Amino acid sequence: MKPLKLLALITVLITAFFLMYGVNEMPDWGNSSAPASTHVSPYYIQHSQDDTDAPNFVSAVLADYRGFDTLFETTVIFCAGMACMMLLRKKKK
Amino acid sequence: MTNRYENLIIEFFCRVIAPVVLLFGVYIVFHGEASPGGGFQGGVILGSGYIMLAIAYGIDFTLKRIRERIILFLSGFGVFIYGGIGAACLLWHGNFLDYGKLPLPLAHTNAIRGLGIMGIEIGVGLTVMGVMVSIYYDLIVAGGNQKENKGEVCDGILSR
Repeated sequence: MKPLKLLALITVLITAFFLMYGVNEMPDWGNSSAPASTHVSPYYIQHSQDDTDAPNFVSAVLADYRGFDTLFETTVIFCAGMACMMLLRKKKK
Repeated sequence: MTNRYENLIIEFFCRVIAPVVLLFGVYIVFHGEASPGGGFQGGVILGSGYIMLAIAYGIDFTLKRIRERIILFLSGFGVFIYGGIGAACLLWHGNFLDYGKLPLPLAHTNAIRGLGIMGIEIGVGLTVMGVMVSIYYDLIVAGGNQKENKGEVCDGILSR
């Protein structure tokens, strides 16, 4: 095995060890007392109907509370399309 | 289109199902505010309905219907709609993407917020549809279209 590949393997194994070690500390799936579900999620669930008048609070979070996120997601998709166009397109003869 | 009915079953199936797919895509885009779905998913369905037609009938047939320039225009115009709605809120003394400040004749500002969400979903749907179809065109054209493969003289799709 080449030394560079061996180095890459060791790096991957060490990183995997730390990632697995970190997973143990994470809260359980669907734990209602986890920080992710006690910080802003109750606010969204309780107030999104009054704030945005959208019946589905997933779209209220997606498009209203986090509108910047979705705006630049759209921009990223647009840029990806432009990059594909630049890479794949033939030049005019 | 010399071999008009080369794949009769595939062409008939696509002809029957294409309006349903396109209508379902529009439904997903417009109903994304109230139910699971939205601009991204609806745009993908719209784009895939169009790609299905392009697979069944050939790229030349579908390029007559919607030219590539229009597809690229739509993909940029979707981002413009999204950013434009956000910037329009600035004109009426709101924050960026603060839809409630838009001067629409509705009873209360929350209904306007709902309409603003639907407006940006339309923008996202247009962008995703345009990018999907544009990538498909680029892949097809990079491999050479049908006339080039048969050895006939063809300028290529892009020079039209």
